[in-house]
Amino acid sequence: MVEETKTMRGLDAIRLAIEEEMERDESVFIMGEDIGKFGGCFFVTEGLLEKFGPERVRDTPISENAILGCAIGAAMAGMRPIAEIMFADFLTVCMEMIVNQAAKASYMYGGQISVPVTIRVPFGTGIMGAAQHSQSFESWFMHVPGLKVILPSEASDFKGLMKTAVRDDDPVIFFENKRAYYLTGDVPLDKDFKIPFGQARIFTEGDDVTLVATGAMVQESMIAATKLTEENIHCEVIDPRTLVPLDKKTILASVEKTGKLIIVDEGCKTCSVSAEIAAIVVEEGFQYLKKEIIRINTPDVPIPYSPKLEKKIIPNAKLIQEKIKKLI
Amino acid sequence: MNGGELPKELSSDELINIYKKMLLIRKFEQRITKDFGKIKSPLVHTYTGEEAIAVGACMAINEDDYITSTHRGHGHFIAKGGDVNSLMAEIYGKEGGICKGRGGSMHVADFSKSMLGANGIVGAGPPLALGVALASKMRNEGKVVLTFFGDGAANQGMLHESMNLAAAWKLPVIFILENNMYGWSTPFHAATAIKDFSIRAQGYGMKGFTIDGNDVIEVYKTIKEAVDIARNGGGPTLIECKTYRWQGQTIMDPDKYRSPEEKEEWKNRCPIKAYKTRLIRGEIIDKVMIQEIEEMTLVKIDESFKFAKENKNPDPSTVLDNVYKKPIKYGGN
Ligand SMILES: Cc1ncc(C[n+]2csc(CCOP(=O)(O)OP(=O)(O)O)c2C)c(N)n1
Repeated sequence: MVEETKTMRGLDAIRLAIEEEMERDESVFIMGEDIGKFGGCFFVTEGLLEKFGPERVRDTPISENAILGCAIGAAMAGMRPIAEIMFADFLTVCMEMIVNQAAKASYMYGGQISVPVTIRVPFGTGIMGAAQHSQSFESWFMHVPGLKVILPSEASDFKGLMKTAVRDDDPVIFFENKRAYYLTGDVPLDKDFKIPFGQARIFTEGDDVTLVATGAMVQESMIAATKLTEENIHCEVIDPRTLVPLDKKTILASVEKTGKLIIVDEGCKTCSVSAEIAAIVVEEGFQYLKKEIIRINTPDVPIPYSPKLEKKIIPNAKLIQEKIKKLI
Repeated sequence: MNGGELPKELSSDELINIYKKMLLIRKFEQRITKDFGKIKSPLVHTYTGEEAIAVGACMAINEDDYITSTHRGHGHFIAKGGDVNSLMAEIYGKEGGICKGRGGSMHVADFSKSMLGANGIVGAGPPLALGVALASKMRNEGKVVLTFFGDGAANQGMLHESMNLAAAWKLPVIFILENNMYGWSTPFHAATAIKDFSIRAQGYGMKGFTIDGNDVIEVYKTIKEAVDIARNGGGPTLIECKTYRWQGQTIMDPDKYRSPEEKEEWKNRCPIKAYKTRLIRGEIIDKVMIQEIEEMTLVKIDESFKFAKENKNPDPSTVLDNVYKKPIKYGGN
C-alpha cells in the first residue's frame, strides 16, 4: 500500500500533528502567547482556536515562568500540555521551570511522577531577528539530564516527531527551526505516523565524508552534497533529529565507513551541539578517523541585524563545500 | 486572637487531630535538630513555630485537594497526611524514604497524598500550582490547590506571574504566604516597603487577608473561606499568615541576626500551647489526654527514627534510575 502523503510546509506539518493529537486525546491542550486568534508568531497554531475553543487553545499573559509552570503543573496532574515559548531567546526568562522543575521532578521525587509536557520553541536565524530573536540554544538543554531535546529539519519529521513528543511521558523541548518552517516536504497523512526518538535520518548516502547537520544546516549540507556529486565526491548527510536521546550508532557507523567527519551546526561554536558530537566520535570512534574532525559553526558572536552581516556568519552550502574539498 | 470560639462544624476528634498534627510536626523537627550532626546535610529547614499554618490550612481542604510546598516542607508534608517514617527516612537519605533517598529534606513529596513536593527553589511552587489548578478546572474536578511560600519568595518575579495568571484565569489556587518575618537573615521590612503583603492582592484582582498565622483556627477559617470561593469558580485568594521561625534558617544556622528578646517574645506566642489552652477551656481534652497524646507522639517519632536508621542506603547501581520514565541512550550514558 502506498502511503498517502501531502506536500506542505514544516509549520503546517507541526500544526497537523498538534491538531491530530488534540483530536485523539482530550488531555492534550496548547498554551502560549498570542497562539489563539492571532495564530502564533509563525502561524503554527492558526485555526486551532476555532476548532478546539479557548479552553484548549489558551492565550496567556506574557509570563514565561507562569506559562511553563502552568504546563508542568498540569502535566504533573495528568494532562499532556503543549506550551509555546514565542522565541527560543525567551527561554532565558523561564530556565527555572525547565531546568529545575520539569527536568528534575521524576528523579528527585524518586520516580513518583513523570512530566509529559512538550515545550515548543521557534529558533534560529533568517528573519532579521538580530541578537535577541535569532539564537540557537539547543546545546544548553542537552546539558540537562531529564529533558529530551528534539530538533527536526524537515516537514515529515516535524509531524512524526511532534506526535511522539506529545505522547512521550518525559518533558520534551521541541526546537523548531524558523527556516525549516517554510521548507516543503511530503508529509504522511496517517494519524499514527510517529518517528521514534533516538533515530537519526540519513538524508543521502555516501562513502567519502560524513556530514552531521541539524536544523537549517541540513538543507545547506544537502545543497553542498548534491553539488559535489558532480565532482564525484559522495557525502553522507545525517540529521540526528533528536539530540537527546542521540543516535550515536548511526553517526559512528557512518564515520567508520567514511573515516571523515564534518559537523554543521547553526549554534555558536563554543560548547555547541557540534562540540558534543565531535567529543563522542573522538571518544568512541577514534580508530575510524582518517582526518581531523571539522566543525562548521556560527562564530561566537551575537547575531547581527543586517542581512549582509548575518549571511557572513551563518554557515552555508558554499562554505560547507569548501570545507569538504579541503578535507578530502 | 487565639481565643475565640472553636468552630462548631469541627468534631471533637477533628479538633484533637489538629492538636496531634501540630505536635507531631513540632516533635519531628525537634528530633531532627537533636540528631543534626548525623544528618550531615546543612540544608535542612525546620518548621518549628509555624505549625498552625500548614495544619490549619490542610484541615480546610479535602484529601484529594493539592498542596505545593517550599524548602521548609516537613510541616506541609505531615499536615497533608504524609507518612512520618518515609519522611524521616528521606531526610536520612535512605531507600525507604518517600523519594527513595533521591530528594532529601528539600524535596519531600507524596503524590499519592496530592502533596506535590517541597521545592529547593524559592518561589517555584506557585507556578506549578497554576497548572494543577488548571487541570482540575479543565476536568471539572472541583479540586483546589494550596500553594505555600515565604515572605522572601513573595518578592520573586515568579510570584507576580503566578498571582496574575491565577486571577486572570480564575484558577482555584490559594496563595498562602508564610510571613515568618525573615527571608534567611533579611527581615521582611528591609526587603519590602509594605507592612502587610495582603494589600498586593488587590493589584491582581483577588481578595487578600493578613491573619495571625499562630492561631490555627483563624488559619483554618480563613483558608476555608478562600477554598469555598475557589471551588465555586471565584478564583484565587492571597492569605498572609504572620508567624515566626523559632529556629535558625537551617538546622546549622548560628542565627546571630535575631535578638534573644525577639525570639522569646514569639515563643510566648506558641501556636501549640495557645491551642492546647483553648481545647482545655472548651473541655475538648483534659490533662490525661494531653499526656497520652504527648507520649504517643514521641513513640511515633522514635519509631520513625528507628525506621530511618535501620533502613537500607539506596543501592548505588540504581543511581541512574528515573532520570527518564524509561532509560534512554544519550550522550552522557
Ligand atoms: C531562587 C532561590 N534563591 C535563593 C535561595 C536560597 N534561599 C533558600 S531559603 C531562602 C530564604 C527564603 O525565605 P522565605 O521565602 O521567607 O522562606 P523561609 O525560609 O523564611 O521559610 C533563601 C534566600 C533559593 N533556595 N532559591
